[in-house]
Amino acid sequence: MIELFFQYLVAGLTYGVIYAIVGIGFNIIYNTTGIINFAQGEFVMLGGMTAVTLHGFLPLPLAIVGAVLITMIIGGLIEMAFIRWLVKPSVLRMIIITIGISILVREGALAIWGEGVRSLPYFTGNEVSALSFGNVRVSPQVLWSIGTCSVIVVLLNLFFKHTMLGREMRACAANREAAALCGIPTSNMVTLSFVLSAGIGALAGCVVSPITYTQYSIGSGLAIKGFTLAILGGLGNSMAAVAAGLILGVLESFSIWVLPTAYKDTISISILLAMLFIRPSGLFGNKEAMRLKDF
Amino acid sequence: MTTSRFKPIIALISVVIALQLLTFISGKGFYLTQLTMTAYYSLVAVGLCLLMGFAGQISLGHAGFFAIGGYTAAVLTTLNLSAYKDSSLIVLLGKMGVLTSRQDLYGGQMMNVHPWAAFLVAVLLALVVAWAIGIPVLKLKGHYLAMATLGFGTIIYSIVLGTQHFGAADGISSVPAFPLIGGLGVSGNSSLRVLNYYFAWLLVTIAMVLLVNLIHSRVGRALRSIHGAEDAASAMGVDTARFKLFTFMLSAVLASVAGVFLTHFNGGIGPSEASIMKSVRYVAIVAVGGMSSIWGTLIMSVVLNFFSLRGYFGTYDDAVFGGILITIMLFAPEGIMGFKVREIVKSRKQRQEKAL
Repeated sequence: MIELFFQYLVAGLTYGVIYAIVGIGFNIIYNTTGIINFAQGEFVMLGGMTAVTLHGFLPLPLAIVGAVLITMIIGGLIEMAFIRWLVKPSVLRMIIITIGISILVREGALAIWGEGVRSLPYFTGNEVSALSFGNVRVSPQVLWSIGTCSVIVVLLNLFFKHTMLGREMRACAANREAAALCGIPTSNMVTLSFVLSAGIGALAGCVVSPITYTQYSIGSGLAIKGFTLAILGGLGNSMAAVAAGLILGVLESFSIWVLPTAYKDTISISILLAMLFIRPSGLFGNKEAMRLKDF
Repeated sequence: MTTSRFKPIIALISVVIALQLLTFISGKGFYLTQLTMTAYYSLVAVGLCLLMGFAGQISLGHAGFFAIGGYTAAVLTTLNLSAYKDSSLIVLLGKMGVLTSRQDLYGGQMMNVHPWAAFLVAVLLALVVAWAIGIPVLKLKGHYLAMATLGFGTIIYSIVLGTQHFGAADGISSVPAFPLIGGLGVSGNSSLRVLNYYFAWLLVTIAMVLLVNLIHSRVGRALRSIHGAEDAASAMGVDTARFKLFTFMLSAVLASVAGVFLTHFNGGIGPSEASIMKSVRYVAIVAVGGMSSIWGTLIMSVVLNFFSLRGYFGTYDDAVFGGILITIMLFAPEGIMGFKVREIVKSRKQRQEKAL
């Protein structure tokens, strides 16, 4: 019984990590632009799919680097093509545009890769190799994804706190006009935020591909999960999104004990709805600060 | 004023009749099937238009209400109750006349809920769900409202897809006809194609008359004031929460009615009707139609749905709708059929000044 508990816990944490990375991607873009990018999940899908294709003729590490770079370029291009030149677009308009982008990316992926389910090989070992911790067995890939997520979080923190570019992006988030007056090219910061979150999403897509598989349609589901976390943690707070991601992943994992697997998604969405109704500022959000924002 | 308001209605009726005659003359009666389905989808679209364009509230879950209507009708009219025919509840229902018996394919006796009773249940259910969801959801704005309605749609979709009673991925088939007067009814029977076509468009016409009147009434003005500036409307004494909820429920009812009849017409319903992509399509149609123009929405709904149902977009069906959404929102957020509210107000003012 206790082994089963830990097994579920590990499974939950694995998914939680993926959700967390998508949630962070949401937050990066939200922070610099105030836009919720509904196409966020597509970056994860693109990363995984591109890496699988590149792995056909490149060694695994190069394929992953290539996939991340390609997705970053796509992210930047999307921003330049659809968002950069809009003058103060309304929230409704931005929502619809990003939904449209996600549909186009998904359909494009369907046309390129078809409906098939693909996956990268395990980074170390294979499907059956496992590390034993007492009675609990953990796939090395799980450690890879947890490790990658931790590295991303640490690097992002360093980037935003200690580099000039990171500080400029934060300035842009805090007050765009003031940032522009200080000579910060705000439009470029927005593009950069898309590039960054595309890259992070793609990396996540590569790391989890061996465990969860990649298909053209996985993006929208992930986007909803990622948004749930962003809300749970309090929109704009990346650290809280990670915590919320882990909580959500574990909750979902244990829900299989009580409910059929088909309802797994319903759990997280019900949590999202409940959260929106009761406390839209999030679990870790500051109520005072959130009062100033538009719900 | 009153006559000009109903000119489009007369135009609509003429076009409906003209289209039928055209298909009759050209011997392409099979087009009527898609035109009938188009009518039902348009019912959802114009309802959503009232919600999005007039009350200013986005809903990314309207396919959910369509599915509530369709699935309720499908389940109730196909569920065989003859095994329980001795239970007191069934006897009571039988006496009230809400049950009907028919023979199944193999000659066995089937006892189902009467389609009319199922219709009432379906619409009531949609009303109750819209009310229960609407009260908390409509307090939200922007991204939060979009996500909450998207969440609602996803929940309905996964329930429908994951539940055996709803046929899971296969959906529900062999839904009986919806009896109208005489031996006629709403069904996919090709001999009733013309009747079905007119019945569907009659429903649309009724809905349009209702909406046109609503938009030009006190409610319509209240809705527009909410769209323009919710806080200001509230300060002027407009009960914003009540009007938003009313619109939400009205559009849910229209969607569920469409769901019920399309299910009877197709003889079944599948989970794809509840999918998020369907909800996004409705939003796309309203956006192209010009957000706050029910006539624009109706026209674009007919064009897009008809082409889509005839399969002109091939495998790029979803991509076409995605592309339309982006193009319209980037270059013409007022829609290609739309016109600015400010211009309406201006022209009305000029008219009033003339009258003085």
